Amino acid sequence: MGKYKQFILICGGTGCSSSGSGDIIDSFNKALEEKGLKDEVQIVRTGCFGFCEQGPIVKVLPDDTFYVKVTEKDVENIVNEHIIKGRRVQRLLYVEPSEKEKIEEYIKMPFYKKQIRVVLRNAGAINPENVEEYIANDGYSALAKALTEMSQDDVLKSISDSGLRGRGGGGFPTGMKWSFAKRAKGDKKYIICNADEGDPGAFMDRSVMEGDPHSVIEGMSIAAYAIGAQKGYVYIRAEYPLAVQRLRKALNDAREYGFLGENVMGTNFSFDIEVRLGAGAFVCGEETALIHSIEGKRGEPTSKPPFPANSGLWKKPTVINNVETLAQIPVILLKGADWFRKLGTEKSPGTKVFALAGAINNVGLVEVPMGITLREILYEIGGGIRNNKQFKAVQTGGPSGGCIPAKYLDTPIDFDNLIALGSMMGSGGMIVMDEDTCMVDVSKFYLEFTVDESCGKCTPCRIGNYRLHEVLERITSGRAVIEDLDKLEQLGNVIKDTALCGLGQTSPNPILSTINYFRDEYVAHIQDKKCPAGVCKNLIRYDINPAKCVGCTACARVCPVQAITGTVKKAHVIDQDKCIKCGACYATCRFGAISKI
Amino acid sequence: MPNVIINDIKVEVPENVTVLEAIRLSGGYVPTLCHMKLDDIKIENNPASCRICMVEVAGRRNLAPACVTPIAEGMVIKTHSKKAVNARRTVLQLLLSNHPQDCLKCAKNGQCELQDLASELFITTNPYMGNKSTHKKDVSAAIIRDPSKCIMCRKCETMCNSFQTVGVLSAVDRAFDAVVKPTFDLPLEQTNCTFCGQCVAVCPTGALVAHTYIDEVWQEIDNPKKHVVVQTAPAVRVAIAEEFGYEPGTISTGKLVSALRALGFDKVFDTDFAADLTIMEEATEFLDRIKNGGYMPMLTSCCPGWVKFLEHQFPSLVEMPSSAKSPQQMFGAIAKSFYAEKNNIDPKDMTVVSIMPCIAKKYEAGRPEINSSDEYKDVDYVLTTRELARMIKEAGLNFDTLPEGQYDSPLGESTGAAVIFGRTGGVAEAALRTAYEWITGKNLEAVEFEAIRGYEGVRVAEVKVGERTVRVAVSHGLGNTRKLLEDIQAGKLQLHLIEVMACPGGCVGGGGQPFHHGNFDIIKKRTEALNRADRNMPIRKSHENPAIKALYEEYLGKPASEKAHHLLHTHYLEREWL
Repeated sequence: MGKYKQFILICGGTGCSSSGSGDIIDSFNKALEEKGLKDEVQIVRTGCFGFCEQGPIVKVLPDDTFYVKVTEKDVENIVNEHIIKGRRVQRLLYVEPSEKEKIEEYIKMPFYKKQIRVVLRNAGAINPENVEEYIANDGYSALAKALTEMSQDDVLKSISDSGLRGRGGGGFPTGMKWSFAKRAKGDKKYIICNADEGDPGAFMDRSVMEGDPHSVIEGMSIAAYAIGAQKGYVYIRAEYPLAVQRLRKALNDAREYGFLGENVMGTNFSFDIEVRLGAGAFVCGEETALIHSIEGKRGEPTSKPPFPANSGLWKKPTVINNVETLAQIPVILLKGADWFRKLGTEKSPGTKVFALAGAINNVGLVEVPMGITLREILYEIGGGIRNNKQFKAVQTGGPSGGCIPAKYLDTPIDFDNLIALGSMMGSGGMIVMDEDTCMVDVSKFYLEFTVDESCGKCTPCRIGNYRLHEVLERITSGRAVIEDLDKLEQLGNVIKDTALCGLGQTSPNPILSTINYFRDEYVAHIQDKKCPAGVCKNLIRYDINPAKCVGCTACARVCPVQAITGTVKKAHVIDQDKCIKCGACYATCRFGAISKI
Repeated sequence: MPNVIINDIKVEVPENVTVLEAIRLSGGYVPTLCHMKLDDIKIENNPASCRICMVEVAGRRNLAPACVTPIAEGMVIKTHSKKAVNARRTVLQLLLSNHPQDCLKCAKNGQCELQDLASELFITTNPYMGNKSTHKKDVSAAIIRDPSKCIMCRKCETMCNSFQTVGVLSAVDRAFDAVVKPTFDLPLEQTNCTFCGQCVAVCPTGALVAHTYIDEVWQEIDNPKKHVVVQTAPAVRVAIAEEFGYEPGTISTGKLVSALRALGFDKVFDTDFAADLTIMEEATEFLDRIKNGGYMPMLTSCCPGWVKFLEHQFPSLVEMPSSAKSPQQMFGAIAKSFYAEKNNIDPKDMTVVSIMPCIAKKYEAGRPEINSSDEYKDVDYVLTTRELARMIKEAGLNFDTLPEGQYDSPLGESTGAAVIFGRTGGVAEAALRTAYEWITGKNLEAVEFEAIRGYEGVRVAEVKVGERTVRVAVSHGLGNTRKLLEDIQAGKLQLHLIEVMACPGGCVGGGGQPFHHGNFDIIKKRTEALNRADRNMPIRKSHENPAIKALYEEYLGKPASEKAHHLLHTHYLEREWL
């Protein structure tokens, strides 16, 4: 690499790829070719930078310039101005909304300032398809250290001492899980990487696999060495084609370089990894269901115990770790448990990747130390609420997390605090809601997901969640009675107490947390037949104020169901029986004559 | 031994038991729906999916399913805390909310575990009523499926897959639509289903029931133009009393006969007669195969579930079973020929009804090639033990006071060898009793072949028959049979005679018997009763049955004669495996 003078890093994650980063790379190649700069400037297709809101992202090194929302048309400009003349293209720099100031260097961007990138250390920094770039960034040196300098117990101790807790949602201490599997008797043992990331809006695992697949392979290999496994599986959803492709390439490269296969790095340790594609069932992210799916059985969970560490895949001791957990392992071994413990909180050490989505300015992926407050994430990193609206709640932990209201924004985030607030860490999704959100509608939305994704095995999840959804349907359409609220709470709590797996046990969380924090909204729906946020269609009504209507006919023309009648220059009327509450008239009227109540 | 506290009482329980077992061992009770453990046949259904047996365990975040939670030292368990009882009621209300609740006209009315539980937990209201998942019904000659009544306990799936390895029933779809259905959602008749009925035997609700022909049989009885005869399979006499509150293992042959007579059947005959006839034909065929180097080993062919299993799963072996028809079908053929001729009855004016412990017999009677004539069916209607009990109850007969009746002659005379046809190992034992004497020409003193008795899935024994050693194997359950056949195909086992019965314990555990509700001891007690019945018989070898001897002398000639072949033998089909 030494011969290159400059580097152009272009995000090749799924987000930026969808908005055309592939074409941008082609254009850069062409432009550099034309200018004869191919040998001086290297183009690197990296993994995700995390700042998806502003994609496609192009970063130029060594001067650390961060260009946002780049298009193919900008390529020539960047090459001519920046690469050749050394002048930054000002119009492509990121402007911090609060400061209104262009930020030239990546390191100074508020989005990145508070982040500590451990899991995402290489995402956006290296070409994920080049194993040598990974090696150049300390890649596989943790595995080498484990295999040549550490006993299995040394590795276990290091991970246990670090206090690392599983990042898939449960937060179970990783070192303890590994120790159970090491101690369990079995002629064969397995390590499985759970890459069946299914929470809507969550894409941290995908980014790691797209941006730094070798870190997962290295983490798995270290785990395998520690517990004595010879075989590993990555269970990854088929909906992640780019991650699958990069992972497969990485596995082949790792085999070629002797990091996988027989006698890894010339030691007695042999280990290989197979990729298994998930077919789209959310519940297969639950570890026992995932195991059944690999075994070719119906993807549904079984009761624990026995835990997979004792009886997992093919009834053999099995460790299942999430992508993010595994990607931390090499760093912990290299930098030590003490270093890791300095990050985060006492009970939840280290960093956590969150996917910010919803009504927030900086949609994207962030990695922050545990213990940071919600306010810091949402306002300092996330750039605050979109369109200057009022914050209402943040939903954490995926579809079965809870909604946390404004009064808890200063709570330090860790596994236990989130549970105490009626939500959970989950895999790290954060969906921000503003004042325009109806909390009843939100809980119905999330429940719809879990109702749909229930495997149908246990009664409370199969029927109970369906019944909860029916009640919510009644509430949002104005057909509920106040007793329905008690029913939601009673049934929700029974489902939490009786469902078989994590999916069912947590699925009432959105309802229970919103009833807890936003009870008045439910009451308004039920007793006043009103949706305060104006979201639930059956409870809103559009009316034309004849005093304000000038008879411009604009509303009548956009109404898709011809519910608005009236003659030109005379007040119009909405036929409430025909109106489908689409809101097109409301958005069209320029005279404020249409009211939504 | 761990010490635990169950409902405030300290008890010591064995190691490695579940909370449910601990509760039961300590005399306590917690209801279950999906749990089923049949240790004797090594079958366990423990999906922990119904969530009825939830109990409170101190220190646990949520409630624990007693059926799969292992006991731990110092555990504090409450089976009926407010939380546990509330959860149990709610879960049951949820199940009921997605159930048709047409109990009054359900075939399972009065024997439904869901209904019993609703009564036990005194469910009088249900706040959770709402939409119901609906599925189409599937009616076959033997089994009626109504998936709308399925509660996803998965017992049928376990029997169909783990025990029988037939693999027709499986959970499909997910969420609210999740339900157990056959392969590709096809009607059972188009699948590999053997109609063994073990799914029906374990279904807690009316989702899987036997196709009943009670109304049709009443019509035949009430039709003055019809001469209606009935035959009773061996396993029926040791089970039917259970339906009237008697202890399992009660032999009630006499009451059974009287009941049938009281119901209006013109003649009450015994399938045991035909079982003896089967031995005559089968043993003859066996000797012929031995002497003339025929296809070995010879498999028995009495069990229609087993025969259909073989046809689907081992079509290359369809020459292996004896060509002898099952006793039910031999009876039908003889009743409509020999008996009809002798009594000047047109077989078309005759109705043959079978009382069977079996559901596959309903299917067997409809096999086209099994009939001896194109003009009529040899067996017209097959009723299960349970259906007969329903008829007796419907007619208002008092089972307690029914007299000890005697079967009609000549098709009611039988031996001890015939009555053990109703249990696993019985057919092989009966065949050996006859084959031994035919081969050696000597009297067999010790007629009880202990080596092939019991409940092991596959039992192999070498029997000295004069100079020869006959290697016999007995299997019950089609999964066990599969292993046996695979061993034979792989050349690991050299055998002469193999008896196969599809159901656990043989016909005593048949799909048409009174429900065992997961208690295998009931099946063992029926087996012991059959062995007692055998010992009580004056004649214990089929070839010594005087009525059988007379049948050959008067009508058939000798075993395997042309006439015998026409009436008493059949062939098997190569079927596709879906």
